[in-house]
Amino acid sequence: MLEIRGVNKHYGSRQVLKDVSFTVGDARMTGFVGGNGAGKTTTMRIILGVLSADSGTVLLDGQPLTAGDRRRFGYMPEERGLYPKMKVAEHLVYLARLHGLPTASAKANADALLERLGLGERAGDTVQSLSLGNQQRAQIAAALVHDPEFLVLDEPFSGLDPMAVEVVLNVLRDYAAGGAPVLFSSHQLDIVERLCDDLVIIADGEIRANGSREGLRDDFGAPRFEIGVPGDTDWVREVPGVAVVSSSAGSAVFEAETDAASQAVLQQALARGPVHSFGRQRPSLATIFKEIVT
Amino acid sequence: MSTSDSPVRTTSPYPAPSFAESVRLIAVREIMARIRSKVFLVSTGILLVAAVASVVIGGLVSAHPSLPKVAVVGSAAQLVDQATALEAVPADDTDAAEQLVRDGTVDAAVVPGGDTLLGVTVIAKDSPPSDVLGALSVTPPVTLLDPPQQNGFLVYLVALGFGLVFFMSAMTFGSTIAQSVVEEKQTRVVEILLSTISARALLTGKVAGNSIMAFGQIVLIGLLVSLGMAVTGQHTLLGDVGPSIIWFAVFFAIGFVLLAALYAATASLVSRQEDVGSATSPVMLLVMIPYFLVIFFNDNDFVLAIMSYIPFSAPVGMPMRVFLGSAAWWEPLVSLAILLATTLAVILLGARVYSNSLLRMGAKVPLKEALRA
Repeated sequence: MLEIRGVNKHYGSRQVLKDVSFTVGDARMTGFVGGNGAGKTTTMRIILGVLSADSGTVLLDGQPLTAGDRRRFGYMPEERGLYPKMKVAEHLVYLARLHGLPTASAKANADALLERLGLGERAGDTVQSLSLGNQQRAQIAAALVHDPEFLVLDEPFSGLDPMAVEVVLNVLRDYAAGGAPVLFSSHQLDIVERLCDDLVIIADGEIRANGSREGLRDDFGAPRFEIGVPGDTDWVREVPGVAVVSSSAGSAVFEAETDAASQAVLQQALARGPVHSFGRQRPSLATIFKEIVT
Repeated sequence: MSTSDSPVRTTSPYPAPSFAESVRLIAVREIMARIRSKVFLVSTGILLVAAVASVVIGGLVSAHPSLPKVAVVGSAAQLVDQATALEAVPADDTDAAEQLVRDGTVDAAVVPGGDTLLGVTVIAKDSPPSDVLGALSVTPPVTLLDPPQQNGFLVYLVALGFGLVFFMSAMTFGSTIAQSVVEEKQTRVVEILLSTISARALLTGKVAGNSIMAFGQIVLIGLLVSLGMAVTGQHTLLGDVGPSIIWFAVFFAIGFVLLAALYAATASLVSRQEDVGSATSPVMLLVMIPYFLVIFFNDNDFVLAIMSYIPFSAPVGMPMRVFLGSAAWWEPLVSLAILLATTLAVILLGARVYSNSLLRMGAKVPLKEALRA
């Protein structure tokens, strides 16, 4: 388990991280969400030791993270970049060897990854000759080529076509399934919603929300329900402990202060006639994000 | 915060590479990148061809000096034959000889006659031919109380050689290392590298790789020049220049590391290739000054003595003094020690600037901030 505890960071006089604390659990995909300039990249750079924090610590299984531990991380920085004139496969082997892999394993890993990411035929080409999308795939290969035990990926999906997104999704799921903590940031909230187990929301350098995806949705605001009945739904307003969000002929959305209040609505509806649907409405990630951040 | 449910993590199956191993990997990549660059191969080829050509042409010219030609008439031929520095062209009579002078076929004519002891008259076109006169005259023996150890022209050539080779190599490889530092910044690959290895290892590897290439080039030039001298029969010259070439190689090896560290540190302040030139210009000045000094002051013992102890000019100044024979045996060693100490200090400061600036993109990082610990 990776734990970020009380991290502060200033750039000059501007404080970009304020007491940032959260955890990335083993075998959990943790989505790291925030607006531009919220502090995601700075946090990730501090985790990787590329930047140093003013105060606070990063712990791995309760122990402060060392340079040796960091070699076992797979890191994809937000600012992409590889040596433009190096050949793709050679570049991956070079990075793997810097992480301590013997040449043979480095080569085998590079070939396997390129094959999996659909770059097998371009292994001998220089990085600069690849299209942007393919450079992006090569970048993902660069983060994974040394068999990392932890993943920290900054915007791994940006610039990828839908096919590549699927491939990368599967790769990340495999890692999490293998027990690795995976932390990734993304602006694409629909992907985060699909992929992540846990969610960390950051705004203005502060962690605003933090927890499991379902937990966050449940906790967010008063529980909201939707009921579908034939005919008029104005009567819902009369039920005590209920606030109607919207109502129309055929359906109503309401917030209930207690479980009893929501059940009272259902019972009244059943008493009035058939009920087509009744269910709890969970806010989408986009909704939560918008409300938390603004 | 219980960790009991987290799986027991074993250490990585791959041990982290040592500092030396990281440096080796980086240096090898730098060397491979140079060797694969066509620009590098072509410029090295031109440099080597130029070095060999200068030796071979110099050898040919000195082996076959063209003697002044003189037309000789009658009894004058005997006198001209004795003067070995003249090439005699026989002429039938004085008129024919004068005609040859007017044609420009010969530099002068030597005909019998005149009131001097020699019994000949020299005919020339528009001015007295000093070389011909000198060859015909009898000069008294000269004893020099303080003979110069080397002839002036050779001193100039050797100074030019050391200055030029140092200047060219330092400029070429210095700007190469500067560009490669900024390339890593500009392409952002540096962030991946820094998440794996320390900035110090990266800097050391880059400096080592480029220094090896620069030194290799120097050694290659030195070998080719020595070989060229041996083949063209300039053994005496080789014997004179040899020891100073070896000192030059030693000083260059360390002096270049010093410059490479400076180039890398100053280049790391900027983020774009366009800014490399202006950022590294102070270092370039440090390279150019010794070059001009040694060319203009290679006969000035005082300036050379100062140059031979200042770390930036010592790689040119000290070998020059060894060649001139004006340095005591211990002087190169002292100067080398000063150079070594300066190089170490610059590497330490350079590494600090380098690691402080690598991740700062955009505007040029002020040196004051980069030097902060």
